[in-house]
Amino acid sequence: MAPLLEVSDLRIQFQTDDGLVRAVDGLSFTLERGRTLGIVGESGSGKSVTSMGIMGLHQGTKARITGYIRLDGEDLVSASPARVRELRGSKMSMIFQDPLSSLHPYYTVGAQIMEAYRVHNKVSKQAARNHAVDLLGRVGIPTPESRLDDYPHQFSGGMRQRVMIAMALSCDPELLIADEPTTALDVTVQAQILDLISTLQSEFGSAVIIITHDLGVVAELSDDILVMYAGRIAEYGAAADIFGRPDHPYTWGLLASMPRLDRARETRLVPIPGTPPSLIRVPPGCPFHPRCRYTELVGGHRCQTDVPPLREAVTPGHAAACHLTADQRARQWADLSADKLPGEVQADEAAGEPEAREPV
Amino acid sequence: MIYFIIRRLILTVFLLLLVSMITFAIFFLVPRLAGQTAYQLAAQYVGRNPIPSEIKAVEIKLGLNAPLYLQYGRYIKGIVAGIHYNNGTDISYCPFPCFGYSFRNQQPVWPQLISDAPVTLSIAIGASVLWLIGGVSIGVLSALRRGSIFDRFSMGVALAGVSLPVFFTGLIALELFSYKWPIFPNVHYVGITTNPLLWARNLVLPWITLAFLYAALYARLTRAGMLETMGEDYIRTARAKGLPERTVVLKHGLRAALTPIVTIFGLDLGLLLGGAILTETTYSFPGLGQFTILAIQNQDLPEIMGVVMIASFFIVVANMIVDILYAVVDPRVRF
Amino acid sequence: MTEQTQTPPAPETGRAAGTESDGDALLQVTDLVRHFPVTRGVVFRHKVGAVRAVDGINLSVARGRTLGLVGESGCGKTTTGRLLTRLDEPTSGQIVIDGHDVTHLRAGQMRPMRREIQMIFQDPYSSLNPRHTVGAIVGAPLRLQKVNVAGGVKRNVQELLELVGLNPEHYNRYPHEFSGGQRQRIGIARTLALRPKLIVADEPVSALDVSIQAQVINLLEDLQDELGLTYVVIAHDLSVVRHISDQVAVMYLGKIVEIADRDKLYFKPRHPYTVALLSAVPVPEPLSSPTGQRERRQRIRLEGDVPSPLLPPPACRFHTRCWKAQAICRTEEPPLRELIPGHQVACHFPENTPQVPEGSPESTPQPA
Repeated sequence: MAPLLEVSDLRIQFQTDDGLVRAVDGLSFTLERGRTLGIVGESGSGKSVTSMGIMGLHQGTKARITGYIRLDGEDLVSASPARVRELRGSKMSMIFQDPLSSLHPYYTVGAQIMEAYRVHNKVSKQAARNHAVDLLGRVGIPTPESRLDDYPHQFSGGMRQRVMIAMALSCDPELLIADEPTTALDVTVQAQILDLISTLQSEFGSAVIIITHDLGVVAELSDDILVMYAGRIAEYGAAADIFGRPDHPYTWGLLASMPRLDRARETRLVPIPGTPPSLIRVPPGCPFHPRCRYTELVGGHRCQTDVPPLREAVTPGHAAACHLTADQRARQWADLSADKLPGEVQADEAAGEPEAREPV
Repeated sequence: MIYFIIRRLILTVFLLLLVSMITFAIFFLVPRLAGQTAYQLAAQYVGRNPIPSEIKAVEIKLGLNAPLYLQYGRYIKGIVAGIHYNNGTDISYCPFPCFGYSFRNQQPVWPQLISDAPVTLSIAIGASVLWLIGGVSIGVLSALRRGSIFDRFSMGVALAGVSLPVFFTGLIALELFSYKWPIFPNVHYVGITTNPLLWARNLVLPWITLAFLYAALYARLTRAGMLETMGEDYIRTARAKGLPERTVVLKHGLRAALTPIVTIFGLDLGLLLGGAILTETTYSFPGLGQFTILAIQNQDLPEIMGVVMIASFFIVVANMIVDILYAVVDPRVRF
Repeated sequence: MTEQTQTPPAPETGRAAGTESDGDALLQVTDLVRHFPVTRGVVFRHKVGAVRAVDGINLSVARGRTLGLVGESGCGKTTTGRLLTRLDEPTSGQIVIDGHDVTHLRAGQMRPMRREIQMIFQDPYSSLNPRHTVGAIVGAPLRLQKVNVAGGVKRNVQELLELVGLNPEHYNRYPHEFSGGQRQRIGIARTLALRPKLIVADEPVSALDVSIQAQVINLLEDLQDELGLTYVVIAHDLSVVRHISDQVAVMYLGKIVEIADRDKLYFKPRHPYTVALLSAVPVPEPLSSPTGQRERRQRIRLEGDVPSPLLPPPACRFHTRCWKAQAICRTEEPPLRELIPGHQVACHFPENTPQVPEGSPESTPQPA
């Protein structure tokens, strides 16, 4: 069975007054029906630009898109804008980060959901209304019949996001893209929304792309994970592989710099030095090399000159773009993870002694 | 929502009373504070070369010796219910709403206002429709084609429109379209009931002159509002739903951008209804604007007061309508 | 409410857990309340209710230590931060900083106190004036307070820039020339300009990228060691708070529901809300791993939304969402009680507590 989504050497560039912004620089991945792909990256990684590109939302802007985006075999890059618009909202839909600013303040929630439905389906107003009530109920909004006529500002943050989800699912899409869906929400509400997405995914049978900077969120939902850096893939693989045996210095850096609730408290976090690169002046060679601790281990300054190809190392389906050899990477990761003892260290904390503060 | 409206109505009434008090104070209190006696004040009401007995008669008739609050009370009563003027020898009745008698021709002010008002209304309302439609469309197109030749050209013309005074553009228009090329010869006011076609034909030039100025302003405002609205997140959502671009621009973008425009429109129209002075003077149309100019030139106090009250009324009511309209359009304001 | 004289509060209530004696407390907050009145009326507006943003909290922070204040939207932590720095005035209660009662000081009286207490703001993009140079921004407190510093203001500012890890040569640059993390450092430099003793940090890293957050967290810790600073850190990110705090207070709808030493709170949270909060945080362990599966099994799902601070539920404010709520929870507000030394909870049926009353559900498993 052909994959639902196939992205091939996608490049998205913007010409600005300061120069050419290479927002996405050679992205390739596939997504099977019903699976969840998590795209992880920080600001400037190109993750949002990618999702907007899949949805065709760069049309009419100064973006230059090359490559293929095949949705169910149909290439969206070369398709006519009218065709892409047909698919937008019906076969593929998207939810955004801030539900308050993403919903129109002047129209009721019901009107907005019905609009989403009726633009792709020729149904009567009443039928659309019934459908909207049904959707609101399925996303967990109590008394949906009456809440249909309320305005977005009359809902709480979590409820608003549920409304957005209802709107996105109104046409039963095969692909749902969630761009930072819980970043603006409280942590208990975030848990509810992530649960909801997971449940609805099984109910509707959609494939999901979840875009986030939060490794916890991505672990929660994803089958596969794509780690993006400076518009390129740093690492790609099944969630278990990415977290169990991460294979790229950037991923190591991300994992090491996060304080985690499920591990013992670090005395000191290990940040990634430097800052994410400008997409106009992307560093030559490996874009991560200015911040990488391991460039010395690669001979001949290759990190500064050659772009590392995305290669599978040990596990099929798990690839990383790094000049270090698979052995080198395995050894580095083993060293890094030896300091952490998942779970076991809780015994120390059970004594209830606050840890002595080590001078740094 | 209903409380909102009631609150606004009460505020409006208070405001109108306040305006009447201030106007009254300017015309009747300030001269007294400056040292004028009732007699001297009455002298103004009589006209040129008054004789003392006439002045005395007017003084009694208008009750200028009474305490000020009584005078004010009479004035308000006149507006609200009509009033009798008793000068000792004969009694005349000035019906509701009474704004007094003009110095110039001893006629009640109100009927004159009534006869001049339709002219101003014709000019103002006609022009307003033109400038709203024209200005907003150009603004929307400019915003959508930002940076294009169309955009730069229209904004350039808009800058000219905003900068050129009405009497300048009016005179140019008259020169070109009435004298040089007699497309609209002999521009003068014709009542709509007299001859609708001629009414409209003669109003075209005043409409265009006035609308040019305001359309320019509204084009710039709409453009700015649209640029801001089209960058909002809900536009991105609308597109993500697969809506046609036209719906996105009009139903989602323009709708949101239009709110401040509509409210400003209400204020502008309110102001204009009190007298499109420059336009009327340029074209010699006998509207409230001309009336005002003449009244000032003649120092005709009752006429001036009458016009001030009418103009204030329009402005205050327009403000109130605009406030309520805003709450109707933007649901966030209601709650 | 106690005003000038400090009546010693009863032992079990009202006193925050501290690892040092209260004599060494740099910050002491007693029964702090902030209500925002809500008015209604056609012509004359009268007060119909109040948003009870902060509704009687007690805190004490010892010198050189860090208190973490966590909670979700509407819990009152941001308002508390503003009250502590006197950007807002409390409705009642008392705030004592280094022995000085600042509760109702007017602007002029507060000005000298501003050298003792400062704030780090959340958004590094909007908290720096884009029209001022970095040097002007960081030097502004010195100039405003007319501080005479050895070597002059410029020298001082450059030292501060170095202290926070920035290049002192960038004195004349503008904020937009810096990245988010660097801007936050500028903000921190500004905060430190007057060498305050107490710093309130309102979400200091939440607007930053993950890889930068660690840098700024380390910086804050280093500065605390170097300069002997005392922090109150307000955050919603529980893992960041655990890393940086010595003591943690959990707020819900204007009240502190639990306050304890950090390790005690995170290892054995006792208030059901804290338990739910901690279990809701998604951990970076995939679905397939045993840890990941255990996390999901133990996840507690709270129903519904946080109630509005306009109409908080009566008695225990959490009872509407609590899975073990009983009749007493709806009628009697549980006081903040010290169950074990260094750990206070406001609950009738706290979790992980030996004396579990009959009839209540088994306590939930401890988070990993």
